[in-house]
Amino acid sequence: MSKFYIGIDIGSTSAKTIVLDENKNIIERILLPTGWSSKETSEIILKKLNELNFNVGNSTIVATGYGRVSVSFANKAVTEITCHGKGANYLFGSNTPSVGVNDDKAIDNNLLIIDIGGQDTKIIQVENGSVVDFLMNDKCSAGTGRFLEVMSNALNLKMDELCDMASKGSDTHISSLCTVFAESEVISLIGRGEKRENIAFAIVDSIIKKVCQQAQRLYKPNMKVCLTGGLSEFKYISDSLGKELKTEVYAKKDGRYAGAIGAALMGFI
Amino acid sequence: MADRHEMWKSLGMNIEQHDVLCSVLPGAVGDVFMSQKNRPKGMEFWDMVVADVHGIRPAELIEEQKKGRKVFGTFCVYVPDEVIIACNGIVTGLCGGSQFWVPDGEAVLPKNTCPLIKASVGARLGKTCPFFRIADMYVGETTCDGKKKAYEILGEDVPMYVMDVPQMKRPEDIERWAHEIALFAKKVEEFTGVKLTVENLKKAIHIINEKRKAMQRVYDTRKNKTLPISGRDSLLMTQISFFDDPERCATMCNKLADELEERVKNNVSVVDAGTKRILVTGTPLAIPNWKLHNIIETTGAAVVCEEMCTGTRYFENLVDENINSLEEGFKALANRYMKTNCACFTPNTGRIDDIKRMVKEYNVDGVIDCNLKFCCLYDTEKFSVGRALKEANIPVLQLETDYTDTDAEQLRTRIGAFVEMLNK
Ligand code: SF4
Ligand code: SF4
Repeated sequence: MSKFYIGIDIGSTSAKTIVLDENKNIIERILLPTGWSSKETSEIILKKLNELNFNVGNSTIVATGYGRVSVSFANKAVTEITCHGKGANYLFGSNTPSVGVNDDKAIDNNLLIIDIGGQDTKIIQVENGSVVDFLMNDKCSAGTGRFLEVMSNALNLKMDELCDMASKGSDTHISSLCTVFAESEVISLIGRGEKRENIAFAIVDSIIKKVCQQAQRLYKPNMKVCLTGGLSEFKYISDSLGKELKTEVYAKKDGRYAGAIGAALMGFI
Repeated sequence: MADRHEMWKSLGMNIEQHDVLCSVLPGAVGDVFMSQKNRPKGMEFWDMVVADVHGIRPAELIEEQKKGRKVFGTFCVYVPDEVIIACNGIVTGLCGGSQFWVPDGEAVLPKNTCPLIKASVGARLGKTCPFFRIADMYVGETTCDGKKKAYEILGEDVPMYVMDVPQMKRPEDIERWAHEIALFAKKVEEFTGVKLTVENLKKAIHIINEKRKAMQRVYDTRKNKTLPISGRDSLLMTQISFFDDPERCATMCNKLADELEERVKNNVSVVDAGTKRILVTGTPLAIPNWKLHNIIETTGAAVVCEEMCTGTRYFENLVDENINSLEEGFKALANRYMKTNCACFTPNTGRIDDIKRMVKEYNVDGVIDCNLKFCCLYDTEKFSVGRALKEANIPVLQLETDYTDTDAEQLRTRIGAFVEMLNK
């Protein structure tokens, strides 16, 4: 019977699961909302894995994310910083095995990973596959996915629509750093009849600036900058980050699974 | 344990509130200390003191007061204990290290004041700490702005003397500090009714030096690959040394050091071989603030040194005992105290040199630089500390926290990731 390496990343908004085979190929991805209880979510994941016939008993399971301690059936728990580093290195690093997701062959061994999560933003420096430094903002929702979520709700837009609109806007700014105050700023902009494109632009611009301010603390020009997390699906976000940092920012469609991939890889160690 | 309620009542404390504090402390002590494996036997003394922290020592102080001795409460390691001891006074530390006192402090202070100041003011005004009630005089100092202004508020409630600490360390500043110590001595003489002489000052310098040497001996054992004592236990020893009688403190620390040296010889370690060794630096960890050490040591690493005022800054450097006049005594004191490297000074590159030296001395794998929230001085200094350590290839994690438990999980993630990084 074959053995699987399963990584479970329970984040604040969504739970990501990755199954790797013995050759480190991704053979399954499961995405679920975290909901109220990470314990319940982990049980749903277990059920799904069993339904999909991944022999859980014979697999190595590693949990990560802020809900990592709630995954009672995991063999071990590793912090999301380490896992994101490992996962991003898998996706963007030079030792990437060919697994279909590896569409460019950059040979960079010096990665700077930007992960904009639901509740925090992580900046992780990875050298030769290992984390060497990191920063984390989790004190305040400005500069996190939560900020975008609140603002797109205020504009009644989905994330992709917000990005789409933002790409057509310009010249408007939100000054407040606090999500609560920024929301009222957005509402007054709407009230003043500002174009929705410009408001969308201002919203994304605000988070990009905030995130880049943090990234600048670790960024050096010899680094390959990669965006992971849910927002890596939106080209407008990685492009805007790149513009602000004056370098290319790489993103991949499996970016949101970086933490789960890293966790699964930790099972090999 | 003796019932202390009569004593607390006679001190005019808020008994009801204080009972709340007393009811949570044993649990915290149990979680942080008693759960540790293979502790040195010598820790029994500190376990006993902390179990009755508002009883044993306060009762002693009150007895001494009955004999006419005066108790001075201090807030900073710059205040020279020697002068007070020489005049037959007693020194007790007064810094508050618990969230319990913060709301009472916030009643009069801005929210964005560091928790150490809020807790200290709250402990006095809320009448929930016997040490703050017992002290006959508070001795403040012009270090950070928050403390300066807090002393004005405390001064309305209790006799308060403030020492003017220089902000720089030029020769003329050191001279000025010697002069400031002389002024303080006059005040202490007046308050205690005991004249300061070369003899009693010399003796006091010796007593405090012996205490410093004893504490250093304990810390020296932590430099070994075989770690004979946990960071939590060392921190408790240091925290309580601010309250204890200095001669007994030296005796107990020496006894503990004897045991620890024996442990090192016999290869008795409190952690598994290969456990990563952490130096903690930053703002002081006033009792009962054990949060950071507890998280680090339950996340797979060990704290082997504190470059803090509740750590090496308290006992490194001795005062020259070879003095022939009071004037020489004040100079000797000034010379020693001005070697303490606090972020209140500018420049403060000596602190970076200290950290780098201690990383070598204590065989450190990584540094955690942590300041209390709203401590602008140490927060700002993080930039130069972080840069210098990175340049020296010393891994560093920089954190900010307060006395609440709300960020415990976030700290655990950061510290966990840091330890994983060191373990790679
Ligand atoms: S950190 Fe500075 S102000 Fe605070 S106790 Fe130490 S020397 Fe005094
Ligand atoms: S921690 Fe900072 S702000 Fe607080 S008392 Fe000490 S120097 Fe002042």
